[in-house]
Amino acid sequence: MSPESLLLAALMVPVLGALAIAACDRWPDLRETATIATAAGLLLCVLSLLGPVLAGARPQLTLVQMLPGIAIAFRIEPLGMLFALVASSLWVVNSVYSIGYMRANSEAHQTRFYVCFALALACTMGVAFSANLLTLYLFYEGLTLITYPLVTHHGDDEARRGGRLYLGYLLGTSILFLLPAIVITWVVAGTLDFTSGGILGRGLSNAAIGGLLALYMFGIGKAALMPFHRWLPSAMVAPTPVSALLHAVAVVKAGVFAVVKVIVYVFGVDRLAGLASVDWLPFVSGFTIIAASIVALRSDNLKRRLAYSTVSQLSYIVLSASLLTPIAVFGAVLHIAAHAVGKITLFFAAGAIYTASHKTEVSQLDGIGRRMPWTMAAFTVGTLSLIGIPPAAGFASKWFIFSGAAAAGDYVALAVLTVSTLLNAAYFLPIVYAAFLRPPAAGDAPHGEAPPSMVLAMFMTSALVLGFVFYADPLLALARAVAGMSGS
Amino acid sequence: MIAENLPALQVVVPLLAAPLMVLLRRGSFAWLLATLVSWTAFAIALALAFKVREAGPISYAMGSWPPPWGIEYRVDALNSFVLVLITFVASVVAPYARASVAAELPRDQHYLFFTMFSLCLAGLLGITITGDAFNLFVFLEISSLSTYVLVALGRNRRALLAAYQYLVLGTIGATFYIIGVGMLYLMTGTLNLADLALRLHEVHEMRPILAALAFITVGLGLKIALFPLHFWLPNAYAYAPSAISSFIAASATKVSVYVLLRFYFLVFGMPLVFGRLPMAQILIALSVLAVVSASLVAVFQRDLKRMFAYSSVAQIGYITLGAGLANEAGLTGAVVHLFNHGITKGAIFMLLGGVSLRLGSTSLERVAGLGKTMPLTSFGIVLGGMSLIGIPGTAGFISKWYLVLGAIEHGYWWLAALIVASSLIALVYVWRFVEMAYFRAPEPGAAALGEAPTSMLVPAWIMVAGCIYFGLDTGYTVDGAHRAAQVLLGLVR
Repeated sequence: MSPESLLLAALMVPVLGALAIAACDRWPDLRETATIATAAGLLLCVLSLLGPVLAGARPQLTLVQMLPGIAIAFRIEPLGMLFALVASSLWVVNSVYSIGYMRANSEAHQTRFYVCFALALACTMGVAFSANLLTLYLFYEGLTLITYPLVTHHGDDEARRGGRLYLGYLLGTSILFLLPAIVITWVVAGTLDFTSGGILGRGLSNAAIGGLLALYMFGIGKAALMPFHRWLPSAMVAPTPVSALLHAVAVVKAGVFAVVKVIVYVFGVDRLAGLASVDWLPFVSGFTIIAASIVALRSDNLKRRLAYSTVSQLSYIVLSASLLTPIAVFGAVLHIAAHAVGKITLFFAAGAIYTASHKTEVSQLDGIGRRMPWTMAAFTVGTLSLIGIPPAAGFASKWFIFSGAAAAGDYVALAVLTVSTLLNAAYFLPIVYAAFLRPPAAGDAPHGEAPPSMVLAMFMTSALVLGFVFYADPLLALARAVAGMSGS
Repeated sequence: MIAENLPALQVVVPLLAAPLMVLLRRGSFAWLLATLVSWTAFAIALALAFKVREAGPISYAMGSWPPPWGIEYRVDALNSFVLVLITFVASVVAPYARASVAAELPRDQHYLFFTMFSLCLAGLLGITITGDAFNLFVFLEISSLSTYVLVALGRNRRALLAAYQYLVLGTIGATFYIIGVGMLYLMTGTLNLADLALRLHEVHEMRPILAALAFITVGLGLKIALFPLHFWLPNAYAYAPSAISSFIAASATKVSVYVLLRFYFLVFGMPLVFGRLPMAQILIALSVLAVVSASLVAVFQRDLKRMFAYSSVAQIGYITLGAGLANEAGLTGAVVHLFNHGITKGAIFMLLGGVSLRLGSTSLERVAGLGKTMPLTSFGIVLGGMSLIGIPGTAGFISKWYLVLGAIEHGYWWLAALIVASSLIALVYVWRFVEMAYFRAPEPGAAALGEAPTSMLVPAWIMVAGCIYFGLDTGYTVDGAHRAAQVLLGLVR
């Protein structure tokens, strides 16, 4: 198939898959087969696109003219390719995991769950491949709405409250800040197409550039920049597979993806470099990194701790993109992938612990490593990556982010990164310690390992974390292309 | 022969159908005729729109009396767009009305309902197509009187009070309008709108002209339900028969907005209205008040029909806001929102008609668990609600885009912020419905009632599909609205 038809297939496969899943409502086994087949089909499409894109092809597709001069259009460039690759490959693993989790916990409305999941992936592909801001915005909002039934899956009062915060923050920021930012961009630039070097040119004063950047950065609520981060912990009321793929990978990465996209392809790194009016961004993201880490340190609930860790890690990406040196942008792009595999592993483990033992708090985990050795081994691998210890994936991206901060001569950023690495260790390592080295609390109900499909999923993502060096080449090549670095 | 007389047929066909229905007094025949008439009118409107697009404005001399002496029917890019909207809504509502009317009205009133429906359609089309200020008044009265009857047919006894309120305020509105037209006639000696525009320049005594402008503004403001003249609207929408709620919500106020646009931009002219007088500021201020206050009131309504009726007052505020901006983007936004809001509210009220048919009420408490008992109806209302909020991918987003664009082109940053902030209030009231329909268990017994009849569900979903389609492919709507805006600004004829 030509790259153009592959692009269309990547967008359509999850939609058709959702229809197939809905049609198999009465036959759960067939339905789960449809989910796995859809996920595999999508991964196949995306993998077949990787070669051409690495070779320099930029497949394009224009669907329909939404407004005069602005079409719903797609164009695959390296950053979108990387994001699509991360999301689609982890969806396969996550589907395996979901089946174990949803069945073991006897969740209701499983068909709705899988349909929304597939549609959420369709929106994610739309975000990843969007050729202009309006298309990105369309699928960005679609992603918020289609994940709402997933967040509120349990349908109780807690889910409803979580759903309110989720929608309120995400739609609120995107309508209040992001939409006006896009309209202003349209008025100033006369185009919304993502273009290397940016589209704004010299049309705005330096102060106005700073204001517009603020509208974008806070408008993209999915990047969870403080003070608009509270939707992410609220989204943890969702079943764990949702937290794992959507709120550690697809949704939040759509946010930071949009941030990088806006900085690189709308403003242009060169336009922003050296502007005093954009100096606030490293501080805001740096503050988010530290503050979220401290909240994580103080949270006893495991999923909440992971959520705040995500808030902090997302700001790593925003911070390093805002340093505006090629190597830092490179690190930011790489961190999208590295954090995704590490964090999904941690969420998988949290869900496995819940499924096997119904424990949700960190303080209950004493000695659990003896009963669930596979799960806690995977958890340990995840923490290594999050802290940034070689050979885990997180080490590579952190290395480049540190280098970028050093190259930019930004000592504040360096200090933030160092302190946060220590904080990461402080909130993750005690869990590992307690799980393996503390004796179990007396009176703990005995339980075994999580269902095999969940263990298999954790094994796969752990392998992705540890084997990063073996498949890193295409990712590095894509990240290099985004950062505009030539050669190796 | 037929092709030449299309402008007359646009009005005459529904106007002649009405007495036929009264003569035959058969409900099912009246329904069939009303449906056929609506579809014919839709076809005529499309043909006219096509002709205008190809060959420019059409001037039709009634009875071959040349304007300005005779009555002129004049079709241009602006009103052909409105004609298409009204006839489209009518041809979707008419098939829907059969089951809805059968459930809500006694049998011996069915033929009356469709008679009044045809008259109302004729009146609205006449208002839109005519180029004569007095003829416009006649059609305004035809549509208003038939609407009063239609509202009063509602099965709740409060419908009588609602119709009475509407009658009193509507009559004041029409009277104010005709007083204004009378003054214009005194000063210029003509009633032809195009001729009026020319002769107004020759008038030196401005005071009567300004008084006429004031009378016409207030008169039409009542018909539009422009804040603070909107008190008749929530009751009328809430207690009218469901088919009529959807029809007038989608068309009646829209036509009055069209008349206001025509008078402001094409009769009085921008130098007078926006140059000498602070009408832009007044319109923008009233629109902002409408948008914010009516949206907030909608949040606290306990009945869905009333909630969406207040939402209409707010959405009409968006339309008049675009008119007040008076630039190309703002006017495009106003005209395209006539269409987009028309189909959105049409869809929502048609679905609510199904709800009231099955549950006997549209109060918020009663729709608990609607997502389970009436999944298609419920999801349709959610999609319509998205369009009200202005989620990208829905028709409402397109309007909002142009209004924000128009505000920013003026440099009114606060206004752009208000427009987007007010859509968050819409999010709140739409989500009250979502949480009720999807997070509550249905009342015992409600599950057995099932979906609305297919003959109601299909037309309603055609409208819902329109809300989505016209949010993605705007080739027809934005293009048409943009031409209309250019006509209003005098950039093209």
